Amino acid sequence: MKIAQKTIKFLLIAAITLFTSVGFASGSDKKHDNQNDGGRVNTKEEVEAYIKHHVKDSHDFSLYSYTGDDGKRHHVGFPLPVILWTSEGLVTFMSSEFHHNDDGHVIVEKKGLKFAKIHSKIYELDKGAATVSFDDTHHATNAHKVLDFSITKSVVGMLLVGLLLFFWFSRLAKQYKTKKIPTGFSRVLEPLVLYVRDEIAKPNIGAKHYRRFTGYLLTVFFFIWALNLLGMMPFGFNVTGQIAVTAALAIFTLVIYSVSGTKGYWMHMVWMPGVPVLIRPVLAIIELAGAMLIKPFSLLVRLFANITAGHIVVMSLIAIMFTLKQSIGVAGATFLSVVLSFLIILIEVLVAFLQAYIFTMLSALFIGMAVEDHDEHH
Amino acid sequence: MEALLNDFSPGLFIVQTILLLALIGLMVKFAWKPILNSLNERESGIEDALAAAENARKEMQNLQADNAKLVKEARAERDAMMKEARDIRDKMIAEAKEDAKEVTTKLIENAQASIVQEKQAALAEIKKNVAELSIGIAESVIKKELSNKKDQLKLVEGILKDVTLN
Repeated sequence: MKIAQKTIKFLLIAAITLFTSVGFASGSDKKHDNQNDGGRVNTKEEVEAYIKHHVKDSHDFSLYSYTGDDGKRHHVGFPLPVILWTSEGLVTFMSSEFHHNDDGHVIVEKKGLKFAKIHSKIYELDKGAATVSFDDTHHATNAHKVLDFSITKSVVGMLLVGLLLFFWFSRLAKQYKTKKIPTGFSRVLEPLVLYVRDEIAKPNIGAKHYRRFTGYLLTVFFFIWALNLLGMMPFGFNVTGQIAVTAALAIFTLVIYSVSGTKGYWMHMVWMPGVPVLIRPVLAIIELAGAMLIKPFSLLVRLFANITAGHIVVMSLIAIMFTLKQSIGVAGATFLSVVLSFLIILIEVLVAFLQAYIFTMLSALFIGMAVEDHDEHH
Repeated sequence: MEALLNDFSPGLFIVQTILLLALIGLMVKFAWKPILNSLNERESGIEDALAAAENARKEMQNLQADNAKLVKEARAERDAMMKEARDIRDKMIAEAKEDAKEVTTKLIENAQASIVQEKQAALAEIKKNVAELSIGIAESVIKKELSNKKDQLKLVEGILKDVTLN
């Protein structure tokens, strides 16, 4: 019966997620007190914990997990390398050594240091500590985070997308050597490149300077779009929903428009001409805060929040299947869940493009503001 | 906010920065640069082709206009030539007429002159004859005067009769 349940669950999810969804294969190891629940996700709290866990980065690449006949949890997937910069220098091992434990109960010993994984973060235990002890708010008291360069699931996603983009677009580039009009898949890519160039880069930066920044804008656009779409697929990537990733992207834009800003741009920012001298420092603070903090922050939060929210909504709607099972029956809950999640996934596909577009468009706009000629500004 | 900061993984941030830098570098070198260059080349090629087609069209138009102009010119030339020919013909006729008139006038004049001359010559001869006759009469009269007056008158009368007969 368990297997049948699991199979039905898995098949249903596979059907829904075949095209666009986030993998929702059952997993159990995200709650510190769920060791005895058989790994099922049925209650509201379990669903919440599950979703929380799955929008986070992961050190394993798990496809799905199930509880076998022996009552043990089985995980299908593969481990990823863990690379840490610790107090003793570089430490590497495979994530499988944590045995899918995420609550700090499994301790990995390397180079005389003890490591535990708590909520997808790797902690180094203080000297002398054998196990992680937690305070009331479930914070580790005798362990600290380490600089974690692991090839996490997000890094795998980025590498995958990077390789794909490189493969696709270098092939498109090669096609131009032999023919004027690309054929096959490259023919699909060409209008997209033209779209970014003509609708994003040119109008926002201006015909004079756009060429210098088009390479960055194209890379970022396709990178974000491909990662957003990857996030819709059943492997459960949530790369653009990682705040570190969107922060890096936003900081790239910040660095580019700050470095290429003209003298006029900086003058208008720190010593605004045409206003009383006393107001100028006030304006400078506002302008600098706008350019250095608000602009990149809006970029990184918008992308992160949209994608994370999308994942949470999709997973919550899929979870209707389990949470409303009692009140409206298995068929009703499944039907409602499939219909709603299908509709929301359609919207998410649009959002995947839209967020890539908005990020690139705003980057182009900010760059355009920084490089425009200020001579005739007033 | 605390949850956000807790979620932020500095390691992932660094990895992402490195990956993105590498990706931008690779994509720019191996994809975007050749793609954008090819697109620009193709676009300028299309623009050139369009401009060339436009030029060809204009040239064609010019050629047609030239042809029309040539035909018109030829027609005008032909008309002019015909007009000239007509003029020449008219002129020749007029001249011929003039000449003919002149010749006739001359002939008439000549004829008149010769008539006048003949007439004068005739008159002169008549005068001479009359004078000779008069002298003859006078001679006879003078010769007969001495004999009788009656004979003289008879003689004059006879001579005058001869004269009228003449």
